[in-house]
Amino acid sequence: MQMPPLDPAILARRAEIVAALRTIVPGEGVIADEIGMRPFECDALSAYRQMPLVVVLPETVAQVSQILRYCQDHGVKVVPRGAGTSLSGGSMPVGDAILLGMAKFNRILEVDFPNRCARVQPGVTNLGITTAVQHEGFYYAPDPSSQIACSIGGNVAENSGGVHCLKYGLTTNNLLGLEVVLMNGEVVRLGGKHLDSEGYDLMGVMTGSEGLLGVVTEVTVRLLRKPTTARAVLLGFPSEAGAADCVAAVIGAGIIPGGMEMMDKDAVHCAEAYVGAGYPMDVEALLIVELDGPPVEVDHLIERVAAIARDKGASTVRVSNDEQERLLFWAGRKAAFPAVGQITPDYMCLDGSVPRHRLTEVLSRMRELSKQHRLRVVNVFHAGDGNLHPLILFDANDADELQRAEAFGADILRLCVEVGGVLTGEHGVGIEKRDLMGVQFSEVDLDQQMRLKCAFDPDHLLNPGKVFPQLRRCAELGRLVVHHGKVPFPDIPRF
Amino acid sequence: MTVLLKPRDAGELQRTVAWALNDAVALDIEGRGSKRAYGPPHTAAHTLSLAGIEGVVDYQPEELVITVRAGTALREVEALLAQRRQMLAFEPPDLGAILGGAPGEGSLAGVLMCNLAGPRRIAAGAARDHFLGFQGVNGRAEPFKAGGKMVKNVTGYDLSKLMAGSLGTLAALDEITVKVVPAPEKVHTLLLVGLDDQAAVAALCDAMGSPHEVSGAAHLPASLAARSGVDLVAQQGGSVTAIRVEGVAPSVAARLQALRAQFAASAPALEELHTMRSRAFWDEVRNVGLMPPTGTPHPNPPPQGGRGHESSTSPLVGEVGGAQRRREGGSDARSSEATLLWKISCPPTDGARVVAAIRERRPDAQALYDWSGGLVWLSLDAAGSDDGAHVVVRAALAGGHATLVRAPEAVRARVPVFQPRSPALVALSHRVKESFDPTGIFSRGRLA
Repeated sequence: MQMPPLDPAILARRAEIVAALRTIVPGEGVIADEIGMRPFECDALSAYRQMPLVVVLPETVAQVSQILRYCQDHGVKVVPRGAGTSLSGGSMPVGDAILLGMAKFNRILEVDFPNRCARVQPGVTNLGITTAVQHEGFYYAPDPSSQIACSIGGNVAENSGGVHCLKYGLTTNNLLGLEVVLMNGEVVRLGGKHLDSEGYDLMGVMTGSEGLLGVVTEVTVRLLRKPTTARAVLLGFPSEAGAADCVAAVIGAGIIPGGMEMMDKDAVHCAEAYVGAGYPMDVEALLIVELDGPPVEVDHLIERVAAIARDKGASTVRVSNDEQERLLFWAGRKAAFPAVGQITPDYMCLDGSVPRHRLTEVLSRMRELSKQHRLRVVNVFHAGDGNLHPLILFDANDADELQRAEAFGADILRLCVEVGGVLTGEHGVGIEKRDLMGVQFSEVDLDQQMRLKCAFDPDHLLNPGKVFPQLRRCAELGRLVVHHGKVPFPDIPRF
Repeated sequence: MTVLLKPRDAGELQRTVAWALNDAVALDIEGRGSKRAYGPPHTAAHTLSLAGIEGVVDYQPEELVITVRAGTALREVEALLAQRRQMLAFEPPDLGAILGGAPGEGSLAGVLMCNLAGPRRIAAGAARDHFLGFQGVNGRAEPFKAGGKMVKNVTGYDLSKLMAGSLGTLAALDEITVKVVPAPEKVHTLLLVGLDDQAAVAALCDAMGSPHEVSGAAHLPASLAARSGVDLVAQQGGSVTAIRVEGVAPSVAARLQALRAQFAASAPALEELHTMRSRAFWDEVRNVGLMPPTGTPHPNPPPQGGRGHESSTSPLVGEVGGAQRRREGGSDARSSEATLLWKISCPPTDGARVVAAIRERRPDAQALYDWSGGLVWLSLDAAGSDDGAHVVVRAALAGGHATLVRAPEAVRARVPVFQPRSPALVALSHRVKESFDPTGIFSRGRLA
């Protein structure tokens, strides 16, 4: 993975930069020794590691503002970091950049039940929000698998999803307001407790911007009332096509399940061996469909889903009879990644999205690619929204296998784009898919996105080396050649 | 006077923008022109209409997305979705009538560019939440795209969000992909009769905080309820507070029952609307049809050869190259007869307090509450002049946005139509605008 070359002038000024940061953040908030910085050398894309220039852990918005202002004035790069659980290398350090950790922003500032929202600091964990409001029957809907550890600020940066986003939306659909510090140190507030704001939706564009546009210092999230009931049904199919047809038929019937997950045969076997969820072992594909809402609705819809599944040739149809059984159905799915980890030294988790009606074709072509690259692939995915998580099994200690795994992963993502899908459904581009952006976007598309970055960060100091395969200078991007009067009036209808 | 340019496809759109860029010609961008009287006045001598770029590109119901050309009429999109028992979850309002034009004329692009959402916004999100991707032309005359045709997609910046509500100031779109959802089988509404504003908003917030998945929460004071075309609403003789539940039949029945039980003690009287009446009632709320003045067809129909009608059949209508000019402002002049109409977005529990604070200085204010109190449609008499009302309205807010939706052009030119922002946000918005449209050819002065 190529990162931008380190700037020797910055490296030479390290002591000066550390001293300046210490004047802004006193005490232990600046970490400059090797042992102290070691825990920050990677995020959850742990195949790639890099020590930062220095780690700074501010505690106040004023400190964040002063740090960014200092960095802007002195041309120092900054990598923002939440909990460091990015699967795409979004918070991977850069050798000549400050690592700006937001972990100390860990307070819930306000819970407002009548307006169904909470104002929290960005370092609060995703699950921490739900924990703070569940006594009143509320929760925060997006539920990425890392929710016990990942921070809400990181969720905003990555626009995180989760199992339930088919029905409840991604992070972007569950935000009301943000406070953001811009690279020039300015603090702006976007949205609030009200629903709609006029003007450009800068909160919308901040969300999922992967730390390239600003640093989030406060988040106002929407709270939802917890559904009164949830029941799951386990559906086994003798073919992947049958399972895929079932997914399309459920949605075609006007049913939006709380979650609709699919596992292929290998994933079912791994998960079953790992947690003993009682999965049927004689199936080619397994679906877990969860319905939530009022009991009468859940009972009604689960019968309809079961009927659709039988019609599509399901060999197993098991409805959870109590909460314990529902959680058991999920236990296998939730443990699928570590379960796969038991049978391979390493795995690479991908994240493309494809249109549902191309699912069967994509799975079959993935098998061909598996043969071609001589590496196994196991599939676990959010079938409801076509978001695939193929796991490529390999051994990172074998340089050839690592290279083949990277090539295989790139081929799978190209396939996703080819069938009308996208490179990443919820994990982000980061460094992992950066060099594939040209598969989905033209040069003009990417230039437009980079120009937007220039509006926020004209010197490209925030989270360098991420998302864009090649950063072009803002002056170059801004150049415009106009030939006054030389373009004829187009031959179009005018009135 | 303004010349209307109406390209018929993406290529013509690009060539039009290229010409404008090179000749430094300012363009006001509009969809089908139904909301031309919304926002600060148009100033450009040329209007770029998307009405000629229409038609469905791709619709597969089980994918839960639809891709259409930008100028496609909203009513056509909604009719197509209804055939497959689907809908746009954000329940886009048709503001045509309140802005002085004909109803049913707007485009999908127009609704997205104004980020308009109806009563279901409180449960299902705004227009921006359902806008997944687009193709268009930026102010450099470059065709570009962003987002995708997938519900779940985080590849690159979410430029669709930025386009939503941008009033055509960033790009001219030619293709749009939005999310769609299944339409509910049943729609029932519980009516609480006779609550004052404060008690009504409190009841709506209680309902929204209940586990009964309420998808609409509105309050009509007695004078507005009496205007309703739905007999059961108009005949109550008092204020009406409406709580909507939607879904499969057994679920709707159970939830309505539970809500009845919840409010049996607190409301003087309870009534129920079933599916047909519910739909009619919520359309009135959605399209702001009950705010004064209302109830009579507009005295001045759209001018002949004017806007909207001709474009759905043929983009040419024998007028190609002709220099037929249209009346500046079009529908706008007529709105001077109407009351001033404000749209206030505030924390839901604050809605009634905001209205009370405005009424202290403007007793003529009439208010309709939607979004559980978080959206207030507020009308003020004294059409034709603002009389400092914007100061009164905005002073009443404690967090939120107030937008002057309907006012004569002269007022909209003089008074800040949108909520003023901090200097840092204004500067950032200008930089964002420049990143798409460096020479400022698109919809100048409309937003940034």
